[in-house]
Amino acid sequence: MAQMNMKEAIRDAMRVELKRDPNVLVFGEDVGHVGGVFRATEGLQKEFGEERVFDTPLAESAIGGMAVGLGVTGFRPVAEIQFVGFIYEALDQMVVQAARMRYRSGGRYNSPIVFRTPFGGGVKAAELHTDSLEGLLVQSPGIKVIVPSNPYDAKGLLISAIRDNDPVFFMEHLNLYHAFRDEVPEGEYTVEIGKAKVVREGKDVTILAYGLMVHTAMKAAAELEKEGVQAEVIDLRTLLPLDIDTIVESVKKTNRAIVVQEAQKTSGVAAEVIAQINEKAILHLEAPVLRVAGPDTIYPFAQIEDQWLPSPARIIANVNKVLNF
Amino acid sequence: MMSKFPFEVQTEDVQTLSVLSPEGQVVNPDMMPELSDDQLKEIMYRMVFTRAWDDRAINLGRQGRLGFYAPVSGQEASMVGSVYPLNKEDFVVPAYRDMPQIVWHGLPLYQAFLYSRGHQHGGQIPEGVNVLMPQIIIGAQILHAMGIAKGFKLRKQQNVAITYTGDGGSSEGDFYEGLNFAGAYKLPVIFFVQNNGYAITTPFSKQTAAKSIAHKSVAAGIHGMQIDGMDVLAVIKAVQIAAERGRNGEGATLIEALTYRYRPHSMADDTSKYRTKDEEAEWSVKDPLVRFGKFLESKGLWTEEDTARVKEEAKAKVNEEIKRAEQTEKMTVVGLIDTMFEVTPQHLEEQKADFQ
Repeated sequence: MAQMNMKEAIRDAMRVELKRDPNVLVFGEDVGHVGGVFRATEGLQKEFGEERVFDTPLAESAIGGMAVGLGVTGFRPVAEIQFVGFIYEALDQMVVQAARMRYRSGGRYNSPIVFRTPFGGGVKAAELHTDSLEGLLVQSPGIKVIVPSNPYDAKGLLISAIRDNDPVFFMEHLNLYHAFRDEVPEGEYTVEIGKAKVVREGKDVTILAYGLMVHTAMKAAAELEKEGVQAEVIDLRTLLPLDIDTIVESVKKTNRAIVVQEAQKTSGVAAEVIAQINEKAILHLEAPVLRVAGPDTIYPFAQIEDQWLPSPARIIANVNKVLNF
Repeated sequence: MMSKFPFEVQTEDVQTLSVLSPEGQVVNPDMMPELSDDQLKEIMYRMVFTRAWDDRAINLGRQGRLGFYAPVSGQEASMVGSVYPLNKEDFVVPAYRDMPQIVWHGLPLYQAFLYSRGHQHGGQIPEGVNVLMPQIIIGAQILHAMGIAKGFKLRKQQNVAITYTGDGGSSEGDFYEGLNFAGAYKLPVIFFVQNNGYAITTPFSKQTAAKSIAHKSVAAGIHGMQIDGMDVLAVIKAVQIAAERGRNGEGATLIEALTYRYRPHSMADDTSKYRTKDEEAEWSVKDPLVRFGKFLESKGLWTEEDTARVKEEAKAKVNEEIKRAEQTEKMTVVGLIDTMFEVTPQHLEEQKADFQ
C-alpha cells in the first residue's frame, strides 16, 4: 500500500492502464511534456513516450473528435479537458458524436473513451473553471458519468472507466486533488461503475452526495451526531448509471433523505435522485426529500463562492426540516 | 482602396486543375492519371449508375419509400472519382450527401436505403468495409477522419482517411480545427470539399471572403489544391497525389472541387428561390457524364448503348435493393435501448417495460 492524494491516484490509474494495454493513449492540452496544469499526467510521457502521451493543439472540439476517430481505429483514448467549462466547446463531439457511435452503427463501432476533467468550486479559480456541469451530462444518452470523492475510489473507478467500452466522463473535484492522502493499493484494482457506497451508517436520515459534497455532508453528520441525530451518508460515486438500489435500501431504513449537490438546484442530479426515490420508495418516506444545492445563478466569482456553495450549516438546516416535517 | 502594406501576407490566385475540357478533350495531358481501359470504363459505369440511382431515389422519395434523401446529380465526378483511387483499407468519412462514396467503397446499397428510411441497420457497416455512417452535424466528421488518420499513423499503417464537406461546411469551427490538427501532427488525411456553390440556399459569395476554400490550407500548413469537380480525371489525379503523400508521411491535403448540384439540397428545398435558370444551364454544359462519355467515345470505349444498358442495370439493382430494405425486419424500441451501451444498465432495462 502507498499513501496517495487523489491526483496521484488518478495518475497511477493511467500509468497502470498505459502499461497493461498498448491501445491506451493519454492526451490533451499541456498533458504531455509538462504533465498537465495540475500535473495529473506528470512523468507519463517520459515513461511511455510521445506517441502514447501527447500534447494537443488548443481546441477542445478537436480533442473530442480525434478521440472518436481513434476509438474507431481501436485505441482507448483518455482525453483531458483542462477545465470543466471548456467542455462547452466540445459538447457535440463528446455527448453527441462519441455517445452515438454505438447506436448509429448498430454496434459496429464504439467509443471506448474517457474524458477527464477537473471541476468544482471553492478554489478561487478563474471564471468557467469550477462549474458543476454533471447535470448537463447525465441528461445526454449514451455516456456514463463518474465523480470520485477520494483517492482509492478515484484510482479504481478510473481503471474501470478506461476499460469500459463506452464513453465515460470522469469528473475530478479540484478541491480534492491535494486535500488528503489515502491508502491506495499498488498495481491494478477496479471499483465497479454504477455502485454507490455507504460511507457513514445511520438510522435517522439519509444524506446523498458526491464529490467534495461527500466531505461536506460528513462534517454535517458529525455535527448532527452531537445533537443525537444519526445520519447515514451515501457517496453516489457514479451519477450515471445511478445506484438506486443502495439509495432505496437506505431510505427504507431512515424514511428521510436529502440530496446535496454543488450544481444549481433546478433539473440536476438531485432532482433525478428524488424522482427515482419517488418511483421506488414513496411509501417509505415520512417527509419530502429536499435538495441542498447552489442557487440557479451563474457560478459566482471567487468573492462569494464560499457562501454560494452548500455548507455543513445549510445541510444541517435541511436535515432538521425533514426531521421536523 | 488602400494599397497592400509590404509586410502583409501575400497569396497567389489558385489555378484550377482540369484534365478534360467540357467537350471531352484532353487539355492537360501531363495531369492525366494512369488508368487502363477497363478502369476508365468502370469509372463511367459508376457515374452512370450513380445518376440513375439518384433519378430513381427521387421517385422513391416521392412515393414515401425513402426518407431523408440528399440528391447527388451533378456531383458524380467528385463523388465517384474521389473514392476510386483509394485502397480497401483506406477510410471514407462522409457527410449526409456522400452516400455514393460509401456505397462504392463497400456499403451494400440496401443499407444506404435503410439509412434513408431511418433504420439502424443502415449504419451497421459490414466488417472489412472502412466507412463511417453519414454525418448530420456539419463538419463534425472532419475531426473523426483526422482521428482515424492519427490512428493509422500511430499504428504505422500506410492508409489514408478521406472526409467530405461542402462550401458551407468550410465555415465550421471543426473544419479549421481538423485542418490545424492534421497539419500539426502531419496526418494522412484528405479533406475533400465539394464546393457546389450553395450551402442549402446561401451562395458561396456570402460564405467567405477568402479567394477560395483551397486557400484555407495555407493557414493550416497543409497541402491544398482547387480542381474542376465536374472532371472525373482531375478528381482522380488530385486524390492520387494526396493519397500518395499521405502514405509517404508527407501529411494532409485539402482539395476543393468546384461542382454543382443539379437538384435541390433535399426534397424539401426549392432551387428557383435562389438560383437562376441561366446559371443552371451554364453548369449543365459542364456535365461530368457528358464530358467523360465524350472522351471515352473518342477512344472507342463507350457508346450511347452502354449508357442505356447501365441505366437499366442500375434501375434493376435499385429495385432489388429497395425491396430488400423494405423487407428488413423493423427496429424496436427495446432493440434500440440495447444499443446504447455494451451492457444495458439497470435503469434502461427497467425502461423497456413500457415497450414490451
